Amino acid sequence: MVRFLKRSYIYLVFAFLYMPIAVLMVYSFNDSRSRGMWGGFTLRWYVELFQDRTIMSSLYSTLFIGVTSAVIATIIGTLAAIGIHNSRGIQKKLIMNVTYLPVLNPEIVTAISLMILFVFTKVRLGYLTLLLSHITFNIPYVILSVLPKLRQLNKHLYEAALDLGCTPAGALWKVIIPEIMPGIITGLLLAFTLSIDDFVISFFTTGSGVSTLSITIYSMARRGINPKINALSTIMFTFVLLLLIIVNIRQAREQRKGRNGKNGQKRQMDALRTGFGGV
Amino acid sequence: MKRSTLFPYLIWMVLFIVVPMFLVLYYAFTVPTESGATWSLENFARFFEPIYLKVLWRSLRLALFSTVICLIIGYPAAMVMAGNAFERKSVVLLLFVVPMWMNFLLRTYAWLTILERNGVINVLLANLNLPSLNILYTEGAVVLGMVYNFLPFMVLPIYSVLSKIDRGVVEAAGDLGANSLQVFAKVIFPLSLPGVVSGVTMVFMPALTTFVISRLLGGGQFTLIGNLIEQQFLVVGDWGFGSSISVVMIVLILLSMAIMSFFEGEEKDVALW
Repeated sequence: MVRFLKRSYIYLVFAFLYMPIAVLMVYSFNDSRSRGMWGGFTLRWYVELFQDRTIMSSLYSTLFIGVTSAVIATIIGTLAAIGIHNSRGIQKKLIMNVTYLPVLNPEIVTAISLMILFVFTKVRLGYLTLLLSHITFNIPYVILSVLPKLRQLNKHLYEAALDLGCTPAGALWKVIIPEIMPGIITGLLLAFTLSIDDFVISFFTTGSGVSTLSITIYSMARRGINPKINALSTIMFTFVLLLLIIVNIRQAREQRKGRNGKNGQKRQMDALRTGFGGV
Repeated sequence: MKRSTLFPYLIWMVLFIVVPMFLVLYYAFTVPTESGATWSLENFARFFEPIYLKVLWRSLRLALFSTVICLIIGYPAAMVMAGNAFERKSVVLLLFVVPMWMNFLLRTYAWLTILERNGVINVLLANLNLPSLNILYTEGAVVLGMVYNFLPFMVLPIYSVLSKIDRGVVEAAGDLGANSLQVFAKVIFPLSLPGVVSGVTMVFMPALTTFVISRLLGGGQFTLIGNLIEQQFLVVGDWGFGSSISVVMIVLILLSMAIMSFFEGEEKDVALW
């Protein structure tokens, strides 16, 4: 009985979390502009969505900035994490505290500080400023995903590689990087998700003519309800769901293959963390 | 190992984190004059004008309100999820995180459809011959939007602390004669405090500084601190005042971080959650 009540409570919370999304999805097939009425099934909003130039071009910008900023942030962040791992004392503390700043600051504060910087240095607001801002807020998350892997690393591996005749750069590339790869991948995915989902920082650092999906949605939603947004939400949610299912199936398969369960569990936590970062 | 790998980041960090912060400070503590700018606390003094105090009060009130609601809904949810009511805990946890993968704006926008005058709720009420409700563009709608968006921020830290509690401690309390209420009040809740503190901070801060939720669900008539900052930068163009509000925000954050680390002690890794 208690168990039943407990379960019902969680189902209730799930209903609260999923109801708005479900409503959006149902109404994306509704052949009537007014909300409450059901005017029959239609795919009209999906057709209009794909014909909408603004939405399509902002989708392209979002993906372009997401991929580029994630890759650049991952490279700079991974190198930074290795450097931080090897520094000591005051220096390390100072760098870590500054790194935490964009993570802890309210997004709007990071956003306006970057906007002031760009306007102050007379850089034209647009693609470039958007990209620089996204790299900036992504790097800390990459560092924070890579650092734990470095802490687990056997520090004699690097020395062994040097003893066996590797150059420092070679040892880094052939020994360290492969060892911390899971952390790097987590960081990359996290950065990509954060970049795609970001609204506040993009809103302040973009210029006229350049718009990400979030910005386009905001300006459409401000004018009220638009069935095209419903169609877009449905596509995005289905896409995310498929991705999650694939990732989960792969994990389940790997676990069945007999790799140790702890590792799988750890990775699942990483995946959750990545998902959670998507806020 | 080499430390030189740090250099690209150091340059980036100074350029895009440190310099912008100092620029914000500069604009906050100066006022423009004919011959450049002069140091002044005028921007901070403006914050104490009645209209802005009202904005601050409203932001604090709504943020606090949503935090409390999140805690009331979220704590039991975290407890059930950490307990053994479900066989496949990871699936339940995953289901909890999935909506978070949706774009934040879309999640907020979804409520427009439901709360609108001709929206889902009112059509249902009309079908039952009940009078319609005006929920959209009220403070209630803003709080609802905050709770909906930030609830997982409350549940996940509490869940992660609760699921790490040693079962032995709980059993020992029972063996020593505590009833389940006492076990909760004297063992489980105190042990989960770090999670609660971290959850409260993670809900309160974004709720305090959001400008999207109040704009979309409040219809722009409920100016919060976030909206005020946005207006100063994008509409009014008063960078000084906008920066000074931001500085107040940063100070508030640092204070709450200090309180949090006081409760959390050593565990630095949890901070990301």
